[in-house]
Amino acid sequence: MIKITLNNKPIELDVDPQMPLLYALRDELQLTGTKFGCGAGQCGACTVHLNGKAIRSCITPVSVIAEQEITTIEGLADIHGTTGESAVQVAWREFKVPQCGYCQSGQMMSAAALLKEIPLPTDEQIIEHMQGNICRCGTYKRIKAAIKSAANDSSEHKSPKDKLAATNNGVEIFDARQLANEKQGA
Amino acid sequence: MKSIENVSRRGFLKVAGIASGSFVLGMSLPLATAQAKSSTSALMHELNFFVSIASDSMVTLVCHRSEMGQGIRTSVPQIIAEELEADWQKVSVVQAKADKKYGSQGTAGSASIRNHFTSIRQIGAVARDMLELAAANIWQVERSSVKAQKHFVVHNTTGEKISFGELASHAAKLIPPDSKTVTLKSNADFSLIGKDVKLVDLDDIVVGKAQYAQDIQLPDMLIATIVRPPVVGGKVISFDASDALKIKGVVDVIALKPRSIPVTTNPLSGVAVLANNTWAALEGRKKLKIKWDHGDKQHHDSNLFSKQLAKQVNQQGEKVATKGDVYAHTYNKNNTVEATYTLPYINHSPMETPAATAVVNGKKCTIWAGTQNPQWAKGNVAQELGLAKDEHDNIELNVTLMGGAFGRKSKADFIIEAVELAQASKRPVKVIWSREDDIQHGFYHSISANYCKAELTTKGSADHWISRNAYPPIGWLWNPDAKVPDDFQLALGFGDIPFALNNLSIEKHAVDSFVRPGWVRSVACINNGFALGSFVDELAVKAKLSTRQMWMNLLGDNRHVDPNDNGFKYSNYNLDLKDHPIDTKRMKDLINLISDKAKVEDKLPENQGWGISFLRSFGSFVAAATKVEVVNNKVTVLEMHTAVDCGIVVTPDRVKAQMEGAMIFGLSIALMGEISVKEGKVEQSNFHDSPVTRINQVPELYVHIVESDAPPGGIGEPGVPPVAPSITNAIFHASKTRIRDLPVNKVFTV
Repeated sequence: MIKITLNNKPIELDVDPQMPLLYALRDELQLTGTKFGCGAGQCGACTVHLNGKAIRSCITPVSVIAEQEITTIEGLADIHGTTGESAVQVAWREFKVPQCGYCQSGQMMSAAALLKEIPLPTDEQIIEHMQGNICRCGTYKRIKAAIKSAANDSSEHKSPKDKLAATNNGVEIFDARQLANEKQGA
Repeated sequence: MKSIENVSRRGFLKVAGIASGSFVLGMSLPLATAQAKSSTSALMHELNFFVSIASDSMVTLVCHRSEMGQGIRTSVPQIIAEELEADWQKVSVVQAKADKKYGSQGTAGSASIRNHFTSIRQIGAVARDMLELAAANIWQVERSSVKAQKHFVVHNTTGEKISFGELASHAAKLIPPDSKTVTLKSNADFSLIGKDVKLVDLDDIVVGKAQYAQDIQLPDMLIATIVRPPVVGGKVISFDASDALKIKGVVDVIALKPRSIPVTTNPLSGVAVLANNTWAALEGRKKLKIKWDHGDKQHHDSNLFSKQLAKQVNQQGEKVATKGDVYAHTYNKNNTVEATYTLPYINHSPMETPAATAVVNGKKCTIWAGTQNPQWAKGNVAQELGLAKDEHDNIELNVTLMGGAFGRKSKADFIIEAVELAQASKRPVKVIWSREDDIQHGFYHSISANYCKAELTTKGSADHWISRNAYPPIGWLWNPDAKVPDDFQLALGFGDIPFALNNLSIEKHAVDSFVRPGWVRSVACINNGFALGSFVDELAVKAKLSTRQMWMNLLGDNRHVDPNDNGFKYSNYNLDLKDHPIDTKRMKDLINLISDKAKVEDKLPENQGWGISFLRSFGSFVAAATKVEVVNNKVTVLEMHTAVDCGIVVTPDRVKAQMEGAMIFGLSIALMGEISVKEGKVEQSNFHDSPVTRINQVPELYVHIVESDAPPGGIGEPGVPPVAPSITNAIFHASKTRIRDLPVNKVFTV
């Protein structure tokens, strides 16, 4: 039994510890907002937050997230303890970013993690941090515009506790091994 | 207002999610053959309605076309609401199930609006007419003295008004007028068409609630993943499932029934692992041991094949269209340009891989799938289950949102897989494709070669034009003997050459097929448009003219071109040439527009260049302009524009979005789109070796939409064809390197 905090609620997962988080979310918890796109950490459709940082849930076994905090698209609106949507979601709607919409949960989760680390990112930082998220419909121009708009909205970074100690200059995409090593070191 | 009282009807409304007292208007497309019915018993058991109005005035509209990101679930209801005079704030949308009563549901060929604009408008107009008549009856006044206005019917002189909700039960008792007799609004009176309304699925998408085929969950459902023959036509000789069955959660391993050539849109067969969850299914799959008979296509090598196709198009082919005589002419070498262009196989790679869920109970079957062709899929499933003609409606096919499709989800193979496995396992089954499955077992845009030759004239134009192509035809799916494309395929940017030529020969070649060919966004316009757009640029260079000027000179006088004049049976994308002419003025206007907007003739720094191109396809005119920089063998795309003249625009922001997306799709094709095949097997497997455009490769994008009252053209596909040649033309003007073999990353870093 693996205990995690999912969208601010404690839950227990009774699955194969090697099962990637993506399938636990979708198949076991019926949280289907997080999408399968490649199964190999290549496309970002499955992006969720681990302790506020963007990770690819399709290559993250549930064993390495025990006792940690996971946020999915279903919980993005609540992560600041407000009832409204996050600034990223507001901007996504304002710029009518989605076409088919399938990759957009992952795009928004990556964008939200970026804005937590860098409240006012430069164009270069946006591009660098969003490179791992593919959109085959080609909504990139609007993704960029929406992130810039959300960055100017204070709600994404008003809470000091949400300001994570920046370990590097942006969103980190961990693979399972990195996470396991970090855990051992902790 | 008394609600309609009918017990069975209430049952229906409950199923449909509509409050009782509703005015339900159902009808079939094409309307010419259908009599609209209001709330008859036939409507109570299935969702074959388009318009319903509840007593609280909430309007429910049915979208019968499939959503894959183009915004059709907004645009179809928007058109109905326009004619209905409905308030968009009070409209909700229900997705149609597969049912032939809706007429065409096949969402392909950029056809939803361009082929069905009038009939969709008539649906709304008929309902509006009935509401107006109901009001006139209540007031006991002349029919002509009332008018629907934004969810009310208003009396012209007294100003008195009744809400749609109050009128619903009265209108429901009326006999609908013949749809052809109702008056449609004039374009000048449009209040929704041409305006940006709230997108129907946007709210669900931004909170992760939008439901795609991959998201279907049913009690007791198994998840299936399938190992398919690596080579098309291959078969399972034997397999060992013992290790797979040891994986916790794996429930069964099932060999799919063998399939043969013609491959049609059937599954490829193979071995399926069925499990309680996705992870177990994927793990079990890794443990399968399968011995394959690879069949007779195991020697296919796409690299060699491409060279063979290039060789073929350098020979005279079979006639498609002719004017004058190019072969009696002696070409002046100094003024003649000749070029061969090749493109590889290209995959759709929608972000959502194919998925379908099926429940089979004897002769009853329920399906959830993201499909571009609901009725075709239903027919395929009926055949699979051996149902008689009158038993087809035993199949309930629910159409989900598609996480991208680009033509891939027009084929029902993945749906049939789900049905086959649900039948075999006697449990609900969701078939999911991995990314590797999607890349290695697709229906690819055909590998191709195109050849062009023409001689410059003294007037700065060209004549004695030869166009040839060679590629495996899509018809091979159903007919193994098909070696040349049919006339419909040849009409895609090939047989419809719009230039003022006195001597022309358009020719095709016979080609064998080795993988499954398919329709990829804009289909043969991808390769034909690349050849045409590149060749005009090559002629311009040779003539020392701007590319814009060469287009002007080749297009010649303002006129309507009829390819039938050259002996080609031209289908014009199933549009009437009178309504949708090949209008050289619209072409020239658009090429001038994009050249001016992008300032393509301005002086640029060294190593930078502009490229332009143009193609009319699917009833719309699109020009593209791209600026690139080539430094240290690396191509950087700096700026891209498209200009589109698609006639009447229904949802401007979605037209813009489709053009933005088409630029990115075209960028992928030009820079890195390639599926290669060796020993009959696709060599790529996931996004690391089959890349698509990422955000770091995206330049500044601009879209220019021409305002027009012309009948609407398509919008999903026409943006794509001019993009790739605009990029390679720009590369030439920046670097003097002419790319004739896509993708660009064979030569440059991208």
